[in-house]
Amino acid sequence: MSASGPRLQPTLFELSKPGRGSGKVPHPPHDALDRLPAEHRRDTPPALPEVNEPEAVRHWVNLSQMNHAVDTGFYPLGSCTMKWNPKVNEWAARQPGFAQLHPLAPDAVAQGTLQLLWELEQILIEISGMRAVTLQPAAGAHGELTGILMVREYHRSRGDANRTDVLVPDSAHGTNPATATMAGLRTISIKAAPNGRTDLEAFRTALGPSTAAVMITNPSTMGLFESEVGELIDAVHAAGALAYMDGANLNAILGRFKPGEAGFDVMHINTHKTFSTPHGGGGPGAGPVAVGETLEPFLPAPRVLREPDGSFRLERAGERPTSIGRMRSFVGSTGVLVRAYAYLRTHGASGLAEITDDAVLAANYLKQRLADSGAYDIPFPGPCKHEFIASATSIKRKTGVRTLDIAKRLLDHGFHAPTVYFPLTVDEAMLIEPTETESIETLDAFADALIAIAAEAETEPEVVKTAPHTAPVRRLDEAGAARNPNLRWRPAAGAWTPCPD
Amino acid sequence: MAYGPHTPADRQRMLAALGMRSVDELFADIPERLRSSPLRLDPPEPEQLLMNRLAGLAAKNRVDLASFLGAGAYRHFSPPMVDQILLRGEWYTAYTPYQPEVSQGTLQSIYEYESLLAELVGLDVVSASHYDGAAATAEAALMTCRATGRGRVLVSRAVHPHYREVLRTYFDGAGLGLEDIPLVAEGPERGTTDLAALERRLADPENPAAGVVLAQPSFYGLLEHMADAANLAHAAGALFVAVVEPVSLAVLAPPGAYGADIAAGEGQALGIPPQYGGPYLGILACTEPLVRQIPGRLVGMTTDVDGKRAYVMTLQAREQHIRREKAASNICTNQTLLALAASVWLSALGPHGLRDVAALGAARASELEAALAAVGVARAHTSAYLNEFAILVPNAAEVHRELLRRGVLAGLVLAEAVPDEPSLADTLLVCATEMTTGDDIATFAREIGAVLGDQAGSSPGVSAPKAELSAAGARPEVARG
Repeated sequence: MSASGPRLQPTLFELSKPGRGSGKVPHPPHDALDRLPAEHRRDTPPALPEVNEPEAVRHWVNLSQMNHAVDTGFYPLGSCTMKWNPKVNEWAARQPGFAQLHPLAPDAVAQGTLQLLWELEQILIEISGMRAVTLQPAAGAHGELTGILMVREYHRSRGDANRTDVLVPDSAHGTNPATATMAGLRTISIKAAPNGRTDLEAFRTALGPSTAAVMITNPSTMGLFESEVGELIDAVHAAGALAYMDGANLNAILGRFKPGEAGFDVMHINTHKTFSTPHGGGGPGAGPVAVGETLEPFLPAPRVLREPDGSFRLERAGERPTSIGRMRSFVGSTGVLVRAYAYLRTHGASGLAEITDDAVLAANYLKQRLADSGAYDIPFPGPCKHEFIASATSIKRKTGVRTLDIAKRLLDHGFHAPTVYFPLTVDEAMLIEPTETESIETLDAFADALIAIAAEAETEPEVVKTAPHTAPVRRLDEAGAARNPNLRWRPAAGAWTPCPD
Repeated sequence: MAYGPHTPADRQRMLAALGMRSVDELFADIPERLRSSPLRLDPPEPEQLLMNRLAGLAAKNRVDLASFLGAGAYRHFSPPMVDQILLRGEWYTAYTPYQPEVSQGTLQSIYEYESLLAELVGLDVVSASHYDGAAATAEAALMTCRATGRGRVLVSRAVHPHYREVLRTYFDGAGLGLEDIPLVAEGPERGTTDLAALERRLADPENPAAGVVLAQPSFYGLLEHMADAANLAHAAGALFVAVVEPVSLAVLAPPGAYGADIAAGEGQALGIPPQYGGPYLGILACTEPLVRQIPGRLVGMTTDVDGKRAYVMTLQAREQHIRREKAASNICTNQTLLALAASVWLSALGPHGLRDVAALGAARASELEAALAAVGVARAHTSAYLNEFAILVPNAAEVHRELLRRGVLAGLVLAEAVPDEPSLADTLLVCATEMTTGDDIATFAREIGAVLGDQAGSSPGVSAPKAELSAAGARPEVARG
């Protein structure tokens, strides 16, 4: 596991020199640790890097500049809703009254945050058309697990414990089947109909006394609204099962479709998608779960409660015995939720409806431009919602250039690639989601780039197949990384060196 | 719409390209009976008014108290450079590094996080992050079941009560067995995990254990005999999970040194503000033989086609987007930005700064213990602690409320946090860190002395302040001192 090759930026460990860096915290008294028994003490100190502030700051700034981000350019990553992250939301979460509040602070000194959380729940209830919301889950997948555990508890509470199956369309995010497994349930994968939509008859056939739930993403990961979802929910309920909606694509339906009104029993919301909380390079997110009447008793604890006198409090331990229990420590990722709240207040009812209208309009415009060009296959023609699928099947057949190559070539044009090879059900798929915050000029430039790359695939296929050419690094040896994993730097062993000051 | 770029003419142009007159036509695929009722929400709020609203809400919280509250979330000094780095949009507005060629910043930062944490915990494999300490502990316990093919995990009652509740939720869902390991009830070791009881529970040949979970320091702040517990677990063929507090690892023996197979814990103390519960940083680490069992993303070092050093997500065959229902976990979005925060914080403090933070906490805690003892308030336990300990306080909940009125957040009322542990009636859990000042300690000692003196002087009336307080409890203004 030795370090390899010339590098863009040394690791912190390579910048380290004993005696660098100091002055951040006072020194403790010499005898501070004398009362600790030897059994518990560390023999060798951790070999952490010793760097001074200028070196450290340059390191992190230089690294940051190797990233593509929403703040640097277009990021049409399908199913991820890489919309603008408003700056005022960062200010909001950093208000000392929010940021410095201890999670176990008594309710009496946490009234501001509790009020914000309670109001946020009310807003999400209205948007989802559901009856109650928990803000506890830390991410979408965590919300899925919360929802499916509640479904399981619901069936158990009715003495209906033999419902072990979760029906999931084959186009679903991998988190859906993985969630079912974590909840001790079995996934049954249902093939989509040829038009990309849910195959109602296939679901009807699979539904039965062992079905616990059906998980549906609506609009689907194909960017299509499930027009027969009403009939599907009816069939699910007739079979005694519950209907879960994966809310990953909520950005497409704000003010147009409320899952609770349509009969869904439970859904999760990705605040980091629809409500613009920053994705943070992979997280954090938050995955609030909204439920209807049937599942409300099972919500995780603690809930935020409003008292008759207008004050707020958290549920006490054991106050609601029907709860599935805790999903995480403390009350939730409050710092993320403050940002979502600010975003929702900024937009209000009319702004949220405009978000959806503009996101769907932008996706359709981009889809139309690609369809008109004839350069790409568009497997599901007609209006899409907030995202759509293009495919490089024909390009590959003609030129040998694949979706992966086109994705890499887009990086040379200054764009992030779309989501590629997902959903798994479409050959050479590109899932493209422009979001509502990209201008028509950007949409046009992106369409022009894709069309140019398709032409280039015919004239200079090698250029496309070896892209990117202008990114900080070229294509990586991913197989080697997996064969001989190097998952950590190995510095020389630590030693108790003297303090720099 | 606040952040939208489209002029009416832009929208018209897009609609014209689609041959449409109204955006409503794009929603014709939603059947009539499924169409939404109007959104009944407030109108949009201009940024200036929004900031006033948020500032007003934030001001309703009280963060100016002399606080001795820890219990799984800790106040630490964070140099301004940390947040200035975190505010760079290249970090916080990127997503998962799916295109590694334009994500080397995030990827190298995760690799460095894995390396820094590997040094702290003394284990070689560190996941890119989990939701929080509780979720990481649950994943660690699930790992022990996958790795051993057994379905029963033993968890000390000295592990954080929230973590134990989350373990229960996860295990109940997965149909796996979870059992408590009780605490020593009497003698100098009281309050620590009862290792004799652990040995008995491990001795059941019909129902072998997959894993044993202990926390160091324990939820009660006590130092556990981790090496002994690890030996007992291993002798029974079980894996040993250590739940750790990362700042303490600057001075305490790391999990790798006492034979832990897996370390889990809450990384919030590494420069992440308390922010009422999150976003935090779930730490999960394991030995190399367990690498294919660990859930969550891993980043490895590799090269590009030119031989240039580069970083990439690796061993993804464990993950949900590849393995679907056979994945090690359903985790997708994680806490990458918080892992970055921890790495930047560690780079700012360095090994000496980190050790000073840990040792200063211990020193302040010693001062706190002495100051409380001087007013007649004693520890509830006798074995060693680092910077957090339980104190014996008659009518703890009432005293806690009265101290709050006097501007002191006197830690945690353990009887409320752990209602099923009768030995904790009349105790408060208090902690000190480098942020705790001598003035805070003096104030706490003076006020608790006064409150207990008042109570002793009016013993029949101890319930009187309670009624008054519950009325006041609804008000955000708690203390004027």
